[in-house]
Amino acid sequence: MAEDLLVVEDLTKHFPVTRGIIFKRNVGAVKAVDGVSFTLKEGETLGVVGESGCGKSTMARCLLKLLDPTAGKIVFKGRDISKLSRNEMRPLRREMMMVFQDPYASLNARKRVGFIVAEGLDVHGIGTPQERKRRVKELLEVVGLNPEHYNRFPHEFSGGQRQRIGIARALAINPSLIVCDEPVSALDVSVQAQILNLLKDLQKEFGLTYVFIAHDLNVVRHISDRVMVMYLGKAVEVAGRSELYTAPKHPYTGALLSAVPIPDPDLGRRRQPLVLEGDVPNPINPPSACNFHPRCPRFHQGHCDVDEPELRTVAGNGHAAACHYPLEKWPMTGAEMRQGASGRPQAEHLEAEIA
Amino acid sequence: MTALLDVRDLRTHFKTDDGIVKAVDGVNFAVESGQTVGIVGESGCGKSVTCLTIMGLNEARNTESSGEVLFNGENILDASPGKLRRLRGSEIAMIFQDPMTSLNPVHSIGRQLVETVQLHEDMSKKAARGRAVEALKEVGIPRAETRINDYPHQFSGGMRQRVMIAMAMINDPKLLIADEPTTALDVTTQAQILALMKKLQDEHGTAIVMITHDLGVVAETAHDVVVMYAAKVIEHGSVDSIFKNPHHPYTWGLLGSLPRLHADVERLTQIPGQPPSLLRPPKGCRFNPRCPYVMNICKQKLPELMPVPGEIDHEQACFLDEETKAREIARLKEIVMAETA
Repeated sequence: MAEDLLVVEDLTKHFPVTRGIIFKRNVGAVKAVDGVSFTLKEGETLGVVGESGCGKSTMARCLLKLLDPTAGKIVFKGRDISKLSRNEMRPLRREMMMVFQDPYASLNARKRVGFIVAEGLDVHGIGTPQERKRRVKELLEVVGLNPEHYNRFPHEFSGGQRQRIGIARALAINPSLIVCDEPVSALDVSVQAQILNLLKDLQKEFGLTYVFIAHDLNVVRHISDRVMVMYLGKAVEVAGRSELYTAPKHPYTGALLSAVPIPDPDLGRRRQPLVLEGDVPNPINPPSACNFHPRCPRFHQGHCDVDEPELRTVAGNGHAAACHYPLEKWPMTGAEMRQGASGRPQAEHLEAEIA
Repeated sequence: MTALLDVRDLRTHFKTDDGIVKAVDGVNFAVESGQTVGIVGESGCGKSVTCLTIMGLNEARNTESSGEVLFNGENILDASPGKLRRLRGSEIAMIFQDPMTSLNPVHSIGRQLVETVQLHEDMSKKAARGRAVEALKEVGIPRAETRINDYPHQFSGGMRQRVMIAMAMINDPKLLIADEPTTALDVTTQAQILALMKKLQDEHGTAIVMITHDLGVVAETAHDVVVMYAAKVIEHGSVDSIFKNPHHPYTWGLLGSLPRLHADVERLTQIPGQPPSLLRPPKGCRFNPRCPYVMNICKQKLPELMPVPGEIDHEQACFLDEETKAREIARLKEIVMAETA
């Protein structure tokens, strides 16, 4: 049985909203991440999906302590890292790395590839300069680049190649955990396939553990073992990938799945997507109780807007959802979903307001 | 029936310091009223330049275009700037990928909508404003009467794209060119926007040219599909023939590299390498350096679009024999279409 590499309990990150220049008063908080818990086993991939603004990236940054969480525990290899200082964190940083979304912005344009990839090794003082150079060339080869390109600058590479450099950099110090924040969103499908295959190969070869964040549900299904669906800073559903995609329980997951266009004209014409109305509400002033209730087709007045559902196990294999009225079957049409519900609330949250 | 838009042998060449970039190199396609044509391909294959050329939006200084763009039977490629200005925004409209950069941030959306109307029609400001409110209501913006005074930053991404669509549709154009209209949006918002475009198309009979790299979006919205690679059309046909009977290895690659929502695919088929530089495209078939089925002839001769035997309006540019193709299509279907079963 693989060990738990990362245990996250009730992770919370609130960004204060202040008024005033000299005397800053807190007038509220953006609840970017609001009580997320999950466990990640060694060698496993956890996919995280959700619309933009649901706190996926903030969570990723908290996991690596690039942001200090407001509350909650992050236990990495049996040690709580949420309260550690920067200095205490430094040795642990060898174990965790990140791959960023934008391969154009995440590589220093003034440094050569060799330097960029070796920087982690330099910082942690691993090996002699010769050894580092050899290691970097090795890494470039592992990610499918020409080791001869050691002395080139990032601008000499295409988007896909840059993302490979980003991956080589993340691999350099042999981390056990890699957090990928939308690593393929900026790439073309053909290049995306190359990068996804590469990430899978590397995982097999080096026994890596991934937290894989994406808004593309197809991509997440392809790469993940388990998937967590986030909405407004909360995890609304966690399940094994097959369970999540074949038998989603939370109406939001259902809506997300039904919104994905299918690259098959027959299937596409037959299906009736459940179109969610409105946008993600403002996280400064989220809706009461269940966050999703103003957009939910299964909304029950007097229950969903009063009593907040807990994330609880709803099916086998650790399939958990936070909903009072989980979906009984899948696929489900909008009409079936609305059965028994008390109609759409006229909520002011439907529109994203700028505070 | 003659097509509303008929693009014939369109070529757009950019003069750069390094030489001539043939960004569009002999593209043909046609769109009829009420129909949607999807143009797919990787970035840098000339999809967007094709549409900018149709709209006459390329910079004249370093661009050379040839061929014909027949709109209602009239060649608009060599039309005067004044005539193009009258067409743009009234007869032909365009939606861009990023609604934040294509709306003017310092004017309220109402002002921008009214401007679009008044440019093309002799109408009072009040009447134009009324029309703008109607247009906003039509695209599903709540409280349109008050929100018309808001600025672009006060709208969310999906709402902004709705404003863009309202602006494009306000003069009831015959042709709408949408350049990656949903790429920057979340899936749920994308579904909203696509449903809206479909509804408007049904009501107004607008012809749509949809540029996208998302094959899912194409499968659901387009009637005809044009697959472009390195400035050329390498396959075109009805949406059914492209997805069920694709005949070009590049199309296979695109279909195979898609992760699927309805199936656990262990390993994606990948197209190795990257699209070639259009400054110096490879000799022969432009796909030959990346093609797994490459033959000698592919490196010598550039394949022309040839009709696919047994099908109407389906053309492809590949030398591979039908037998191999049938086998490969069957294999691709086995991987990809397993989900349909």
